[in-house]
Amino acid sequence: MTQLPETTDRKLGLVIDLDTCVGCHACVISCKEWNTGGYGAPLADTDAYGDDPSGTFLNRVHTFEVKPDNKPAMVTHFPKSCLHCEDAPCVTVCPTGASFKRSEDGIVLVHEDHCIGCGLCAWACPYGAREMDAVEKVMKKCTLCVDRIYNENIPEEDRTPSCVRTCPAGARHFGDLGDETSDVSKLVAERGGFDLMPEQGTKPVNKYLPPRPKQQSLDEPVNLAALAEPKASGFLGWLDGALERLG
Amino acid sequence: MHPAYSVIFFTVASGAGLGLLAFMGLGAARVGAQPMPFLLTAFGIAFALTVGGLLSSTFHLGHPERAWRAFSQWRSSWLSREGVFAVVTLVIGAIFAALWTFMELASAILGIVTAILALVTVWATGMIYAQIKAVDLWHRMLTPVCYLLFSIAGGTTLFLFLHALFTDKTEPVWELSSVTMIALLIAWVVKVFWWMGGDNASTSTPGSATGLGHLGKVRLLEKPHTGSNYLQKEMGFYIGRKHAKKLRLIAVMLGAVLPILLILLAIPAPFDALWLGLAVVSHLAGMLVERWLFFAEARHAVMSYY
Repeated sequence: MTQLPETTDRKLGLVIDLDTCVGCHACVISCKEWNTGGYGAPLADTDAYGDDPSGTFLNRVHTFEVKPDNKPAMVTHFPKSCLHCEDAPCVTVCPTGASFKRSEDGIVLVHEDHCIGCGLCAWACPYGAREMDAVEKVMKKCTLCVDRIYNENIPEEDRTPSCVRTCPAGARHFGDLGDETSDVSKLVAERGGFDLMPEQGTKPVNKYLPPRPKQQSLDEPVNLAALAEPKASGFLGWLDGALERLG
Repeated sequence: MHPAYSVIFFTVASGAGLGLLAFMGLGAARVGAQPMPFLLTAFGIAFALTVGGLLSSTFHLGHPERAWRAFSQWRSSWLSREGVFAVVTLVIGAIFAALWTFMELASAILGIVTAILALVTVWATGMIYAQIKAVDLWHRMLTPVCYLLFSIAGGTTLFLFLHALFTDKTEPVWELSSVTMIALLIAWVVKVFWWMGGDNASTSTPGSATGLGHLGKVRLLEKPHTGSNYLQKEMGFYIGRKHAKKLRLIAVMLGAVLPILLILLAIPAPFDALWLGLAVVSHLAGMLVERWLFFAEARHAVMSYY
């Protein structure tokens, strides 16, 4: 049913730390690896080794430059996947009922056997979280690794989305954002987590943590070459000077 | 947005077809019995355009064999509502058309119901686009209004042509010609307003998309991948904006100015169907340009990330 649930028991989602993300793309690869063999149709690549490679991904890392006035530019790596919005516009536009938001945990999913591949949900999503698979012709999106998080056949430490499990920098966190006492909710409160595109009125569940302010001012460029110049003191300093004088 | 030819053809064809059906529905009570060749041709064209358009719209689906499922979510989805209204319109319209053509029974009530259903279907088509908040250009109430007015204009132009084709008028047909010219004029004037109102700054920017806008000017340094992807192919279409001004002028000339001139040429007796046939062709050509621009000019919010 493509009507949204009025409330969900839990709001499972991700918190992504833009301060610690190093832009290694490990989450992109582990997401593709898990989801091409897990829930639903595989994530196809077309012309993978040719001139125009293209593929379906549920998670992508962009890199942005932020240039403040009168300060050096800052580079921010920016992972982006489905935000599992409370007012998900992708769900209500679906004509077949293939797209739905679960009332128990708020995960937005696609019932691929019911998807007609019209692409309207991808148009409705302002974040670009949905991609039509070029081979299977059905809409693919992040499932929050629904086949991992409740999976009792895998070790408990693996029952978290693949991207979170693999992140070497600890920049991705998974939990219930509807529970104020959860670790992720505390993290959001402490670090000032924010929504992407609040003007679109989608009420995303996933939150982003801003880059921390730089600890020292970089207003004056530091002469790094001078720091590398060896400086000797004491006996070695005298020896250095004496040898210099000898020519 | 990527202009898919199947969707462009669908919206133009079904818009004109449903407009003609609506006009026939409204005219039923007024004109009563009509020669069978006229009714056969008019209803034939109306249904061929509508059904042909609907079939063409399934060509862009990934899984057309599951298209029947699209009738289920009318509670929330305008695409589903459009499908439901289209089928109901075709069924009731077919009964209305059969009664009038073969039994000489021009039912006023069935005609009005058919007309309302046809126009509601066109409204639903417009709402499919208007509901998408991520595309600023479309997300306005004027969008379905434009769809409705174009459908009426296309329908009346077709009706005028068929009327001239099947009736030997030796005196000028002022009334129907004026209605057609006014319908064309109103539709294109509203469209010009739609264009003018849509040229504003976009709601979402790289700053709001990343949430980093308060720190400075945000620009993309590296794309997430070296190749292209579905999102860029589907939403990143921009050729339209490059030639938008010229194409808009072409659309208005073909869609409105030329058809009105041709109708004016046709009005003095004998009422000449040739000019009106050209007016129909010109109007539909203008509509194809208008509909191509409708997609090609639209900027999607996701492009703030690219």
